[in-house]
Amino acid sequence: MSDRSAQQRQADYFGQEHVTVIEPHGSVFDLKLRELWSYRDLIVLFVRRDFVAQYKQTILGPAWHLIQPLLTTVMFTIVFGKIAQLSTDGVPPFLFYMAGTVIWTYFANVLTATSGTFTTNSHIFGKVYFPRLAIPVATLFSKLIAFAIQYVFFLGFLAWYFFDGAAVQPNAWVLLTPVLLLMMAATGFSGGIIISAMTTRYRDLTVLVSFGVQLLMYATPIIYPVSSLPEKWQFWVSLNPIAPIVEAFRYAYLGQGTLDLPMLGVSGLVILVLLIVGTVMFNAIERTFMDTV
Amino acid sequence: MSNTVIKVEDLSKYYRLGLIGGATLREDINRWLAKIQGKPDPLLKIGQQDQSHRKGDEIWALKNVNFDVKEGEILGIVGRNGAGKSTLLKILSRITAPSAGRITLKGRVGSLLEVGTGFHPELTGRENIYLNGTILGMRKAEVDRKLEEIVEFAEMGKFIDTPVKRYSSGMTVRLAFAVAAHLEPEILVIDEVLAVGDAAFQKKCVGKMQAIAGGGRTVLFVTHNMGTAAELCDRGLVIADGRVAYDGAIEDAIREYLRPSSTQKLELGKQHFRGHLLDDISIRTLSVNGIDLGQQILITPESDLVFTFSGTSNIALKDFDLLITLHKDGARIVTVHDSEPGTALLEGHFTSTITIPARTLRPGTYTVGLGGERPGGGQWFAGTDLGEITILEGWAPGYERRSVGVINISAVGERRMESGPAR
Repeated sequence: MSDRSAQQRQADYFGQEHVTVIEPHGSVFDLKLRELWSYRDLIVLFVRRDFVAQYKQTILGPAWHLIQPLLTTVMFTIVFGKIAQLSTDGVPPFLFYMAGTVIWTYFANVLTATSGTFTTNSHIFGKVYFPRLAIPVATLFSKLIAFAIQYVFFLGFLAWYFFDGAAVQPNAWVLLTPVLLLMMAATGFSGGIIISAMTTRYRDLTVLVSFGVQLLMYATPIIYPVSSLPEKWQFWVSLNPIAPIVEAFRYAYLGQGTLDLPMLGVSGLVILVLLIVGTVMFNAIERTFMDTV
Repeated sequence: MSNTVIKVEDLSKYYRLGLIGGATLREDINRWLAKIQGKPDPLLKIGQQDQSHRKGDEIWALKNVNFDVKEGEILGIVGRNGAGKSTLLKILSRITAPSAGRITLKGRVGSLLEVGTGFHPELTGRENIYLNGTILGMRKAEVDRKLEEIVEFAEMGKFIDTPVKRYSSGMTVRLAFAVAAHLEPEILVIDEVLAVGDAAFQKKCVGKMQAIAGGGRTVLFVTHNMGTAAELCDRGLVIADGRVAYDGAIEDAIREYLRPSSTQKLELGKQHFRGHLLDDISIRTLSVNGIDLGQQILITPESDLVFTFSGTSNIALKDFDLLITLHKDGARIVTVHDSEPGTALLEGHFTSTITIPARTLRPGTYTVGLGGERPGGGQWFAGTDLGEITILEGWAPGYERRSVGVINISAVGERRMESGPAR
């Protein structure tokens, strides 16, 4: 409160609109979205940089966005479908794995890229100010472009199988896709932000991230349907906030599995908590992390 | 009062010592476990005090700094290394937060602590202009408007669509400065970024800076270059040990900055010298322009270098030279003598002065040595690392950037020309 009045006093003092006050402590819940908006051009350019620079001096260029999920899906189909013969609830294994891989990849990419926000950009952060949030937000979008490419690719395969008479039933829940995507983005984003804030102090976590993401994939129903698990394990999988999202995604497009709306609601709440924790940590670290990097 | 655009009030910043960096999760957990069990910190070295009981274990990079800047003012911030200039700049440009105090800024702030921040080697020059420009706070439309001008200023021409990684370092720096120079915030915070590129481009940079400064913009300029400071700024702020040591006209600020920081004298003794004559000749004092060696001595290239030293001799030598040597990067640059060849040294006290005329040495830091020898060898003494002097960048516009090297020599040049069509 004293903060507010002090700011008011300063504004009176200068009597002008564009006033910046630099103080030791800012509000931990304030994401300064208005300021972020004024830097929207920068976000666009960061997205462009991430996307363009990634494939310079590669032969296949953006085609890699298709090759990666395709090879993963083929490998899953062979290893888990043909060799291990895991159940896919009657859905063609190829589509089953592809649906899981496509939405999982978006989450994993966002989480991994966001978790390096402070450490990989410290050379820029140490020299110039702009809303630090611009970097993870740009990541969110550049990974979304990659997702869009893979998503269209997936839809192509889905149509192929559908008209070929395979046992898939895309249904009206497809309209839920943006919500599911938003939930995935929010989870990856806040998880990444939390890790990123902690890596400024504990570098151990950078090692943990790629490994952790891999482990998390096995704890998420990507290569198996939840229904194939024994009763007592289903409860544990449902604790994973992204499990219901993946299940819902697959239900909408393939008609397989369960669409558990209450569980989806619970995972929404968990994600909200993560987002708040992430915001608080980000704001706390953002102001002084240059002193510890 | 209405046109104050920067107001800094009681600004302080401290860094905690010992706890910064190197921490891993395991160490912190160990420390925390020990703490709740009431054991001493397991990670402390033997003999080290427990950090948690030591409240005073911090270093104040800035302490109660106060100043105001008015609209259109060009403030030069000077201070020795480690005085707190960079910290002040980092807080002003919002890279790190202060520990206490407040800064109020009116208007858009652009800060330039480095040229080429965020340049991506894989992107082309054009793409990097946009990226760098927006990182520095420009809108895309602004960059659009200034693109031509930037490309022209950077002397890029046809290379603009080539990836930056193919550029020479000079080209990269030129492009980076060009983008920065076309920033148009109301308040500009600049660290010493002028020292980039070749001589010709540096001159262009100084010109551009003057134009920016003259355009009614408020500029905060941190520099070691007294020449540029005197040229560009109206007002100077001297920072010493995290405090404002002086705030006033730039000429006085520079004088204050050049004043030696301590009155600590170099205690010359036998341990500084080698040779046969150590027991016979002892040197007591050595000073440059009246300042005893051993302190940080800053000298402008416009002043003569007057070395004064004194001592006593227990023996009489009929042909003996006393001399001063200057070294740079391990190589001896010059040797200067206090007398004509064949001059005798009498038993008793002696005082010598040697003068090196102004503008002989180029800017830089030199190590001072002192010795004596009898021509033909045999009897000598010498000390090579008695202290340092630093020659600052030049004062006179145009002079300092004309050439590079270690020493200036007087040479006579002549150019004969016939005008007419080239054959």
